[in-house]
Amino acid sequence: MLKVNDIIEKIGLDIRVSGDMYKHVTGCYISDLLSDVMAHSKDGELWITLQTHPNIVAVAVIKGLSCIVITNGRLPESDTVKKAESENITILTTPKTTFETAGLLYNLLRSE
Amino acid sequence: MKRFVADLHIHTCLSPCAELDMTPLRIIDEAVKKRLDIIAISDHNSAENAGIAMKIAEGIGIKVLPAMEITSYEEAHVLAIFDSIEKVMGMQEIIYKNLPNGINDERLNGYQVVVNENDEVLGFNKRILFGATGLSLKAIVDAIHSFGGIAVASHIDKEIFSVISQLGFIPDDIAFDALEISYNTKRQRAEAVFGAYKAIPWITSSDAHHLNDIGRRTTSFFLEELSFEEIKMALKGQRKLQWSNGLIK
Repeated sequence: MLKVNDIIEKIGLDIRVSGDMYKHVTGCYISDLLSDVMAHSKDGELWITLQTHPNIVAVAVIKGLSCIVITNGRLPESDTVKKAESENITILTTPKTTFETAGLLYNLLRSE
Repeated sequence: MKRFVADLHIHTCLSPCAELDMTPLRIIDEAVKKRLDIIAISDHNSAENAGIAMKIAEGIGIKVLPAMEITSYEEAHVLAIFDSIEKVMGMQEIIYKNLPNGINDERLNGYQVVVNENDEVLGFNKRILFGATGLSLKAIVDAIHSFGGIAVASHIDKEIFSVISQLGFIPDDIAFDALEISYNTKRQRAEAVFGAYKAIPWITSSDAHHLNDIGRRTTSFFLEELSFEEIKMALKGQRKLQWSNGLIK
């Protein structure tokens, strides 16, 4: 199963916070409503979002997500970075859209 | 202490999603009929009809607070309530600088009508008022407080455009003065779902987009006198406030 660092290398993502890079990526969940992510994401999933608020870190911790990918060139807020560092959560960014990012990830996870 | 009945969330015809007959004049008439003591005029990202509503209400025993319902970068709504037109205009200036560029498509989104005290159309606001500002929730709440205003997390029970829908839960570092429970959620249900947020006072209001909606939910404030400072004291726990499912006095 692919790990966070494999994904970064294979689809080209920028590292903003490196947490546990050896965490297994079990799948992917995409949503910008954190209430929805809390309700429906699953342990080990990579989460793609546009949200940059510190609460994304808390959601990733609570749900055991493998990492957070922020798309469309958005960057995490400075408090989000601090919180992710202290919680050991990986935050990645990309200038690509959510659609492009998801497409690349889909092909990658399918090929495994 | 005297009881004052408040509906602190009413849209006018300036909000693209509100009915066109939501003019300040008709809103005040309706509020008088429903025996409200305090209302807030809270359009999306604008307060251009608030001043006229205050003027219409002068001398008829109803207090109109100028307000706005601001959309944050995270797409959460925040009610910003002030005690003077100068302060709401100061806030509006900040909001206007941070709205998306472009012109409101009236066919798609609805008209944004600015009116006078006689229900006559003064003009149409062309900004994209339904859009999200580029300001974070925290920046918005801090700005509201810098003008001495009240910051309320709008309809925290809604599945979209609420702090909880957008951010999962209410962040500790955002100093909301109150949380608003919408018309859609009964008191008992709110207690069961949002019990973790009892440290912040709760209010309820109509979020009226139609005249009939006005006063369908109200919050009662028990105050020494009807003033903005006394309302703020109630939100700090120094005066009593109370609400239940929708009934007005």
